[in-house]
Amino acid sequence: MSTAPDAKLAQDTAPLSGAEIVLKALAEQGVDVIFGYPGGAVLPIYDALFQQNSVRHILVRAEAGAVHAAEGYARSTGKVGVVLVTSGPGATNAVTGLVDALMDSIPLVCLTGQVPTHLIGNDAFQEADTTGITRPATKHNYLVKDVKNLSKTIHEAFHVARSGRPGPVVIDLPKDVLMAKTEYAPAPAKAHPTYAPRTEPDQKAIAQAVDLMLGAKRPILYTGGGIINSGPDASAALIELAHLTGFPTTSTLMGLGAMPASDPLFLGMLGMHGTYEANLTMHGCDVMVNLGARFDDRVTGRLNAFSPNSKKIHADIDPSSINKNVRVDVPVVGDAGKIVRAMIAEWKRRVAAGAKPDKKALADWWTQIEQWRKRDCLAYMRSTDIVKPQYALERLQALTAHRDDVFISTEVGQHQMWAAQFMKFQKPNRWMTSGGLGTMGYGLPAAMGVQIAHPDALCIDVAGEASILMNIQELSTIVQYRLPVKTFILNNQYMGMVRQWQELLHGSRYSESYMDALPDFVKLAEAFGCVGLRATKVSEVDDVIKEMIAVKRPVVVDMCVDQKENCFPMIPSGAAHNEMILGPSDKQPGTGGGNGGKGPISEEGMVLV
Amino acid sequence: MPHTPAAIERHTIAVIVDNEPGVLARVIGLFSGRGYNIESLTVAETDAAKHQSRITVVTTGTPMVIEQIKAQLDRLVPVHRVSDLTQEGAHVARELALVKVISKGNERVEALRIADIFRAKAIDSTIGSFVFEITGSGEKIDAFVNLMVPLGLAEVSRTGIVAIARGETRM
Repeated sequence: MSTAPDAKLAQDTAPLSGAEIVLKALAEQGVDVIFGYPGGAVLPIYDALFQQNSVRHILVRAEAGAVHAAEGYARSTGKVGVVLVTSGPGATNAVTGLVDALMDSIPLVCLTGQVPTHLIGNDAFQEADTTGITRPATKHNYLVKDVKNLSKTIHEAFHVARSGRPGPVVIDLPKDVLMAKTEYAPAPAKAHPTYAPRTEPDQKAIAQAVDLMLGAKRPILYTGGGIINSGPDASAALIELAHLTGFPTTSTLMGLGAMPASDPLFLGMLGMHGTYEANLTMHGCDVMVNLGARFDDRVTGRLNAFSPNSKKIHADIDPSSINKNVRVDVPVVGDAGKIVRAMIAEWKRRVAAGAKPDKKALADWWTQIEQWRKRDCLAYMRSTDIVKPQYALERLQALTAHRDDVFISTEVGQHQMWAAQFMKFQKPNRWMTSGGLGTMGYGLPAAMGVQIAHPDALCIDVAGEASILMNIQELSTIVQYRLPVKTFILNNQYMGMVRQWQELLHGSRYSESYMDALPDFVKLAEAFGCVGLRATKVSEVDDVIKEMIAVKRPVVVDMCVDQKENCFPMIPSGAAHNEMILGPSDKQPGTGGGNGGKGPISEEGMVLV
Repeated sequence: MPHTPAAIERHTIAVIVDNEPGVLARVIGLFSGRGYNIESLTVAETDAAKHQSRITVVTTGTPMVIEQIKAQLDRLVPVHRVSDLTQEGAHVARELALVKVISKGNERVEALRIADIFRAKAIDSTIGSFVFEITGSGEKIDAFVNLMVPLGLAEVSRTGIVAIARGETRM
């Protein structure tokens, strides 16, 4: 998913200022939009920006918003997202977003201003050790001390950001470097002398993997964000592999959309709030095929009880993901899409040569899976009056299902898990969420970035009232650029996931998880220049959602939902996949949770996050 | 797997890196950030023309952790090659130490005699002191330093381990 450098842009060789070089390099890298916020150290870039037309700048209201917007842009387009912030506080405000992008493998280039080189280390005004602070927050970072290295560094940064396992790259730019002049150097044919991560899988490893798959009696495909990052063809290949083999398929939070939710082979999301059928299929399988997922602790639950009787195949582009949390039998290093394509070819070759997958065993496995499916694990107590959050999302799903251009982002918490469960993603790159880092405040700026990339699409941030307040200022950006972003707040007045954990783990002592003085979101929306809508009863839900979609302006919906609703199914911390809590009646000691009648959560589990 | 105790091993790992600002901080930050041990770490430029340095790091951990350390090092952008000298066959490992001993009379004579046995060189001498230069394995230097304790040991400066594969193998 690289953006082809444009050779034409690199022809004239008159000396340019560092700031002009930055913009020329961005243009050559195919960048059409950057998200930023000005300040003293980056004024030369803002001046150069003013005098050109190839790169559009989106002025955010806080640097955190710029990074999440770039993430949303990158995630929905497959391109590198670009951020421009000033030195000191500009850079430090960007750090959370950088770590977020690092954890979720989102390609970003973040340009940070820096004090002039002769002042570095002198505690100058708005100086921070940006490369020092962002070293563990990025895939790689640079401090450019000589304008002669500037073009090369920018081209290299884009290469690093988008190659292998994608990630954020920071380029720290001292102000004197931005003002010094030199000749522009176009992107070299070889972007980096040595950094070239392996993408082609080893054929022997593919053969071993397909050996296991052909012999499987109870297989599962467990897919992740690696499929999304590999590009739309990887999703197409995944669907082909699933149907070729007939294997049940589940996905991590980050991988949703790679396999259409409507596909009969798709079991829904797995993990802590995954479906009963997905988790029990993982627990009981004999061959697990992990395609671009990383055995995250939200997925595995208790490690020594994780899928205890399976042979495990792990396809990952990052060799350090292999055998990190879970020891696997067949590691395959490479691009997830290429690996899936190679598996398809090998499977076909072997079947043509007479190999016979165990169809009887697979049919029995599906019979078992259908039994699990019948538990209808996402069922919830219906109400005719009070709005259940699940109901609001079910209606949002139903009223948007006919559209092909729906992009959903979320904040972090209960609403995020309900969105993952109830929104039915049919395509990749339609789902923007903070998975690894769990950053509240991600969703609104992310939706803004998505809307910039897809101006006519329906971009909805499914939010909670607590998360939305963390980056609410971006409503102002949304209004400035006339972005018809929809903010869909499931307002239960609690930090719902915190409240849920306090209920389950801390004797229902709701310490500091209730917000007593929330703003009136309708008036707040209007103050920003958005349309504010509210629903408090079941009978109002459909009308509000329809109006939200119909209005061609930014809309904030205050969906007042049941304050006490919990998100199920749930694998409690420290429990195994077959120890799920399925619903409210399951959480009394001894009635479920599978923890030897001691209640759902063990002492060891409480320590875990 | 966690939960099944695995033996802790000591490995000597050589890493070829671009000699650029911050590269050592990246390596050290990786170890501290992920909770790996560093027993010894040395670094110096080894190829001025290519601006490359060689880092030798001695670390301990379970086999799974050692594998992680190597994979994590290898994915750093300025890292060219990672070589596990302990795993990849025989290697030689040496350390250099400067040992200052301050003493008089018999103790001074005995210090010089033991230095001779260890093939340590006196590279600085005053009426009341010696500075010995000694190279060898870490254990040999430990033994020498321990013997110097009652003989007026004042100060020790050690380089940490450098190592290289035996024979014709090259990184």
